[in-house]
Amino acid sequence: MNLLKGPSARAAAGFAGSAVVLFALAPLVLSDFRLGLLAKYLCIAMVAVGVCLAWGRGGLLTLGQGVFFGLGGYAMAMHLKIADAGPGNLPDFMQLYGTATELPWWWQPFANPLFALAATVLLPMAVAAVLGSFIFRRRVKGAYFAILSQALAAAFAIWLIGQQATTGGTNGLTDIQGFFGYALDDPVNQRMVYFVIAAALLLLIALARQLIHSRYGELLVAVRDSEERVRFLGYDPANVKLVAYVVAAGMAGLAGALFVPAVGIISPALIGIVPSIEFVIGAAVGGRASLVGAVLGAVAVAWAKTALSEEFPAAWTYFQGLLFIVALAFLPGGLASLAGIVRRRRATAEEKKAAVIPVGEAA
Amino acid sequence: MSGLEIRRLRVSFDGFTAVDGVDLDVRPGDLRFLIGPNGAGKTTLVDAVTGLVRAEGSVRFGGEELLGRSVHRIARSGIGRTFQTATVFEELTVLQNLDIAAGAGRSLWTMLRRRKDVPEPVARALETVGLTELADSPAGTLAHGQKQWLEIGMLLVQDVRLLLLDEPVAGMSHDERQATGELLQRISAERTVVVIEHDMDFMRSFARSVSVLHAGKVLSEGTVAEVQADPKVQEVYLGHAAAETTADVAVQEA
Amino acid sequence: MTVVLGQTFTGISIGAVLLLIALGLSLTFGQMNVINMAHGEFIMAGAYTTYVLQKSIASAGISLLVALPVAFLVSGALGALLEWLLIRRLYLRPLDTLLVTWGVSLMLQQLARDIFGAPNVQTRAPDVLTGNITLIGGDDPLTVANSRLFILGLAVAAVVALSLTLRLTPLGRRIRAVVQNRDLAEVSGISTSTVDRTAFFIGSGLAGVAGVALTLVGPIGPTMGTNVIIDAFLVIVVGGIGQLKGTVIVAFVLGVLQSVLEYSTTVSVAKVLVLVGIVAFLQWRPQGLYTLRTRSLV
Repeated sequence: MNLLKGPSARAAAGFAGSAVVLFALAPLVLSDFRLGLLAKYLCIAMVAVGVCLAWGRGGLLTLGQGVFFGLGGYAMAMHLKIADAGPGNLPDFMQLYGTATELPWWWQPFANPLFALAATVLLPMAVAAVLGSFIFRRRVKGAYFAILSQALAAAFAIWLIGQQATTGGTNGLTDIQGFFGYALDDPVNQRMVYFVIAAALLLLIALARQLIHSRYGELLVAVRDSEERVRFLGYDPANVKLVAYVVAAGMAGLAGALFVPAVGIISPALIGIVPSIEFVIGAAVGGRASLVGAVLGAVAVAWAKTALSEEFPAAWTYFQGLLFIVALAFLPGGLASLAGIVRRRRATAEEKKAAVIPVGEAA
Repeated sequence: MSGLEIRRLRVSFDGFTAVDGVDLDVRPGDLRFLIGPNGAGKTTLVDAVTGLVRAEGSVRFGGEELLGRSVHRIARSGIGRTFQTATVFEELTVLQNLDIAAGAGRSLWTMLRRRKDVPEPVARALETVGLTELADSPAGTLAHGQKQWLEIGMLLVQDVRLLLLDEPVAGMSHDERQATGELLQRISAERTVVVIEHDMDFMRSFARSVSVLHAGKVLSEGTVAEVQADPKVQEVYLGHAAAETTADVAVQEA
Repeated sequence: MTVVLGQTFTGISIGAVLLLIALGLSLTFGQMNVINMAHGEFIMAGAYTTYVLQKSIASAGISLLVALPVAFLVSGALGALLEWLLIRRLYLRPLDTLLVTWGVSLMLQQLARDIFGAPNVQTRAPDVLTGNITLIGGDDPLTVANSRLFILGLAVAAVVALSLTLRLTPLGRRIRAVVQNRDLAEVSGISTSTVDRTAFFIGSGLAGVAGVALTLVGPIGPTMGTNVIIDAFLVIVVGGIGQLKGTVIVAFVLGVLQSVLEYSTTVSVAKVLVLVGIVAFLQWRPQGLYTLRTRSLV
């Protein structure tokens, strides 16, 4: 029993449990089709991990995660399209729309698999770093930041649509056949992609958990709650926020990159305003400040969307609207806060005094 | 120890001049009280020194010019402040509050790891402000006076050489005021302390020197007795009641 | 030369549309600090009101004139209802308000889809507004659509009406009092909740008026609000909180900028460039063009 006491032991047990579910149970129980869907949901959960860090812990309501998801996704898809086409050939859509006879200069580096892989994470992080340092240093915050990040997602999607000849326009990059030499229509390879995604998600959760429980994580909460006070302690809050924003961007980028082999497409419709805000709602429903809550919330909302929207698209939209309203207006801590309330009740009953929930409670 | 040197300090907001050419010297190790009626410019003066509002003139601490630097750089050069309403990080524990205050100079590597134990300066500060028992309580649950002490504790671990305290005993009981005053006297043995205060009894009991601000200017300066004997001060600020108690205080001073 | 003038006037008419859609926000977001993402759907409600009225009133001109006050009331009532149901519970949580009202906006869009169908619908513009006016004649003529002039006139009228209301009426004084110091207003005997609701009614009503104007320049559809809402918020962010003149100036500047950039590049590149311009501008003035300066910074 004593082994299960204490937050680290509980977290270790949680990780072991999740690993069993993701790597043994899910592949055993689910059909190939369902497993493919789960892979997609896990990608969305990876974005939610970043949202939990940036928004839940840092107070940065980033409504532009689609941009970073898209950068990662396009970086990966560009490489896969070049690889599909084979040496010397242009990707299929370029032959269709374009007049170009050779790859545009900014496509060429993505022919290199290592460059493309590194770019899926580093490119979103670099963009976030440049953008964030401009925005945070001038103390653009709160609603202003949220609206700017949303405008960014809109502009990026519009730009992609406008560049049909080189980005595939509205259709995006579709019909991706291979993943580093493995044919994606083979169920065995699809399963491998699923395992890669599951492992990546666990890795990101571990990384975020370390950040949240580190001194940096405490400082991030302090910045969220009173930025001005932190400044008087000799910190530059802009840097503190920048780290969370950049890390969240990297996570969204990796999610986008792995989304491509799992689903076979990346397009502007997956990264504009609407999907960007959907990345946030899962975390909000589950509990923005709790890692477990955000991840489970993201998976649950994505699953509900598939389950409901196929058969009752209208009902799904009403339901999604209600989710936003109920989760944020009446349960701002998300479902995770319900667990917290139950735990507190139990603690009160046991010790007959109010239990203190430390800030590092999540995960 | 370093002293504070303010010359021709001017702060104006949209035509209204809140601080109008203040010259102020605070010797190292002084416990200086800034008093004055509401709107005299006391808080604005502290805002200007800590970089919160833009100002003209010169503010030097330990010979370094502060004006024009950003808030966090001023804080890093050893200047800390508190606010009229205690601002602590309510969701973090007392220990976490102090640990953050102690850490502005930490390396990235230290920041990215967990706090394994209580750093020595933090433990000492907990002891000094009497919050050791409450180290693991969320700061939001502290009583008003305890929050003020936590703020002072944060300045101690921050290892500032100049403390600027804005009404630190507002809302405290008599015993708490006494304890705070004694704490400030101990602190000012090693650091320079400037206190904005409305409470005259508190000022009389603990001030080493006093500056009276009125309408953005320094009206009078000196020991408590000197200031209270100043007819200008009696006229604009302390009024008759104070004039009557002047003799009283003079006896105490002697 | 005519090209420059032509682009400028296109810009001004884009600006007039921007101004109309942002004007209501300047009250709800600018003054009350509420981020209402459903504002776009209030615009949509105004547009559909025009559509419905045209079905029952034969003359396009009369139905348009009737639509202006009716749309104001319809969208205003929706706004007041939203304020009463949700927003008043969230005044201290602006970011949560954003997401909650986004949920409301999703539901209103779906409602429009269920009532009017997913495809866009059109209204018929009155004959007076279908023609063009030739501003400069000759070989290289500069013509302006009458409907654009009408929108410009409507935008100017709305700004004047709003600013007179804020400045001269007792209601306007109360709104400004609540914006500047809520607690003080409360103890001075002003019912802040009534003021909030009224201000929200007016701001949302202005969205309805903008919706009527939009029927003259484009189709009416469930997603028409989403398409304009971000631009409208950007106008307020750049213009600065709590100042009508900032909203007016920025709406026209962004309109002209958009039009000139579209002419020299493409629509999509112009959008991106405008956004880059906005981020750059906020480097210079993080609080927007005009700000109310206060002492209370902490």
